[in-house]
Amino acid sequence: MDLTLWTYEGPPHVGALRIAASMEGVHYVLHAPQGDTYADLLFTMIERRDRRPPVTYTTFQARDLGGDTAELVKRSIAEAVQRFQPEALLVGESCTAELIQDQPGALAAGMDLGGIPVVNLELPAYSKKENWGAAETFYQLVRGLLRAEVPPPGSPRPDPARWRQEGRRPRLNLLGPGLLGFRCRDDVREISQLLGSYGIDVGVVAPLGARPADLLRIPTADANVCLYPEVAGPLCSWLERQFGMTTVRTVPIGIGATLDFLREVHRLLDLELPADLQTGADGRCAAERRSQLPWYSRSVDSTYLTGKRVFVFGDATHAIAAARIASRELGFQVVGLGSYSREQAREVRAAAAALGLEALISDDYLTVEAAIAAASPELVLGTQMERHSAKRLGIPCAVISTPLHVQDVPARYAPQMGFEGANVIFDSWVHPLMMGLEEHLIGMFRHDFEFVDGHRSHLGDGTATPTNLASNTASDTDPSAGSCRWSADGEAELAKIPFFVRGKVRRNTETYARERGLALIDSEALYEAKAHFSR
Amino acid sequence: MLRESGQREVFCGLTSIVWLHRRMPDAFFLVVGSRTCAHLIQSAAGVMIFAEPRFGTAILGERDLAGLADANEELDRLVAQLLERRPEIRTLFLVGSCPSEVIKLDLAKAAERLNRQHSGRVTVLNYSGSGIETTFTQGEDGALQALIPLMPASEQAQLLIVGTLADAVEDRLISLFHRLGIERVACLPPRRSTELPAVGPGTRLLLAQPFLSGTARALIDRGAELIRAPYPFGVEGSRAWMAAAAAAFGLAPAGVAEVLDPLVERGQRALAPHRQTLAGRRLFLMPDSQLEIPLARFLSRECGMDLVEVGTPYLDRQLMAEELALLPAGTQLSEGQHVENQLQRLRQARPDLVVCGLGLANPLEADGIATKWSIELVFSPIHGIDQAADLAELFARPLRRHASLHFS
Repeated sequence: MDLTLWTYEGPPHVGALRIAASMEGVHYVLHAPQGDTYADLLFTMIERRDRRPPVTYTTFQARDLGGDTAELVKRSIAEAVQRFQPEALLVGESCTAELIQDQPGALAAGMDLGGIPVVNLELPAYSKKENWGAAETFYQLVRGLLRAEVPPPGSPRPDPARWRQEGRRPRLNLLGPGLLGFRCRDDVREISQLLGSYGIDVGVVAPLGARPADLLRIPTADANVCLYPEVAGPLCSWLERQFGMTTVRTVPIGIGATLDFLREVHRLLDLELPADLQTGADGRCAAERRSQLPWYSRSVDSTYLTGKRVFVFGDATHAIAAARIASRELGFQVVGLGSYSREQAREVRAAAAALGLEALISDDYLTVEAAIAAASPELVLGTQMERHSAKRLGIPCAVISTPLHVQDVPARYAPQMGFEGANVIFDSWVHPLMMGLEEHLIGMFRHDFEFVDGHRSHLGDGTATPTNLASNTASDTDPSAGSCRWSADGEAELAKIPFFVRGKVRRNTETYARERGLALIDSEALYEAKAHFSR
Repeated sequence: MLRESGQREVFCGLTSIVWLHRRMPDAFFLVVGSRTCAHLIQSAAGVMIFAEPRFGTAILGERDLAGLADANEELDRLVAQLLERRPEIRTLFLVGSCPSEVIKLDLAKAAERLNRQHSGRVTVLNYSGSGIETTFTQGEDGALQALIPLMPASEQAQLLIVGTLADAVEDRLISLFHRLGIERVACLPPRRSTELPAVGPGTRLLLAQPFLSGTARALIDRGAELIRAPYPFGVEGSRAWMAAAAAAFGLAPAGVAEVLDPLVERGQRALAPHRQTLAGRRLFLMPDSQLEIPLARFLSRECGMDLVEVGTPYLDRQLMAEELALLPAGTQLSEGQHVENQLQRLRQARPDLVVCGLGLANPLEADGIATKWSIELVFSPIHGIDQAADLAELFARPLRRHASLHFS
């Protein structure tokens, strides 16, 4: 038994729902009590979907439990098949139904459903979670549909370069994008365009927008791109084992990862590496210029980003990618890296170790909040949960991963992957920091006449007043904040220190004074402390 | 009257925690359930604005399912941990869920045991919010029933308003009752879980919400007398609700009219512009919050809307008697739900406005049908004469919005 207040992931059947809702022609019959239909609003509200997810809930009640809930399951299946005429049917149960053991999958198998493929989903609700459920459902669905197509053991592996003999362009599947993932719709468009620009076609995109018949075409591609390992990892491994299909494992988020991805794709497909992907003597390659991020990051304006302390938390894929971009492409210092994805904990730990950190693997948001507070970062890159934590801690935050909020599903094209994704990332990570800087500037200039009491802003009334501007910066000048007293000359000296380090100097000096047992901090104590901490 | 069974697009009783925990800030609601329960409350609440909310879920794991003895030990450990972390908690509600009911985890016994362990510090209560037994607002009925045994006995004459109200609305209603001449007015639930009102033969019970059947019965068992009235939605309903209370206290109608008539006149004036938007428009209410019948009465009688179908999760004919009498003759009622069949009827009828849950709203809007989310009705201050115009505005807004958007 674990105490949970807010959760990063829902139960595994919600993962299954995400697969069903992402596809066309699939219907999911879920043996579940009243109330479990709440999951519909995840799609209709967060994703603003214009239709209900394709799911039929049996809605059993206490009074049904004495009777025949199995009959209710069969009735629901028959009705759903008749009403929706799906091309494939998923049958499963939610946590409560798992306890009453009606085995809806077996019941469906015993029914005459006109020959439509039926996939029995057994998703252990008391030990697994949403992403696991999505991955398992995706895998079971494809496995169920492709069962008859599996080549006999010992068959030769298909050559990933067979496109050449077949006289066509090379072809890749994009596996993993779906609803309630982070920017999946735009990532698919970006990566499809990117591959197209190198003469590579996209075969099947799944689950997003795919029909069951499309899944049957998966083996006709030359390799699979495991775009979101949380959802497509197990399926890609199975396709490797059973069909000998190679998997592109690099997730193209960030400039470096996008270049690595393109190079991996070219190598796997036995394509000659184009000139723009070859690294020149200066360590740069021409393709970098397809994004603004490298130049924006090198431009002098970005100097102030140097060494900014960043805390990263999210699903494994986005957290690992964010840590790489932050540390290598934006010049930040990553002071914390973690994930709630236990299934990918090993990868997160390796990425953290490479940065000299110990990864935080936790699904307790309070633990994550405490870790953020302890690391005192200047920027948090996290999920909706960290956005709230960061707000409480007064730290700027950008959302990089699920779980998401309706505002993380923007109307505009805003991928995370590829070169345009890098542009979006630069803007959405740097802007919260700039806002923070602006607040400091207001503090810095607050003694100027524009901020003097009674002065009218050119915007007229109703804008920020001098009083609340002053209160925003009160913590910067309020000597009662620490347990030590500041002398007048100490305060005067402190006021001369540039605003952007003043808070830190104040804290350090007070810490130093406490350690030394100084009751009064004068200018000498301040310089003593400065020397002490600069060592 | 249509009775249907099938898929229900309705929350379970756990959802009530979302407003109950705000009403009683010294109480904590601990759901004993699954990850689904935790995810439901979080999704229904929509936002996660509280550092540490005053509710949580003790998520059952495989080990708890294997042995109930272990589950009880685990629950004790978890509660001890929680109370240590949150010393401000005075009342702890253990809330039963579908899985805890199915494995027959006895939360009443657990509450007794925990009361002994933490006696003097915190009161531990239990009720069920499970979807197999309760729908949406019924959760509040369960929570209030759990409080009733703790209410002190008193024979003193008093008016007891039952059902969560917004604080400001409650203050306003109490001051109006004082003006009418009712001196002692108490509320259940109270604002502090430890300050429970008394109950006894002198208590006259006035329901502010129509979904408190069990609570009403339990209070009647404690000697209270139920005041029969329509519910306080709209000018007419609120006036009748207050007048019924005044009559129960033997106050003269003339005095009541003196206090209420100016409010009624003002309320009707405020309502008039919204009536213009709503009159003649066709309304379909999906079963959800159990407020459907009183709202249908208000929207048809005071706002001039035509009722296509009025759904309700369940119908308590006794508690709805005054409301049903006010509905236009021949109103199509439906109890329970088969959501696919109901949506089919809805699409055939093409109403102008649908009151429904969040899962259905956008798909209906995509079909060009204006909707009003019912969950907003349990969060907004909508009770009383002074709120009648605000209540009407909630329904007029989607129609005004539809009329104001143009893209070509």
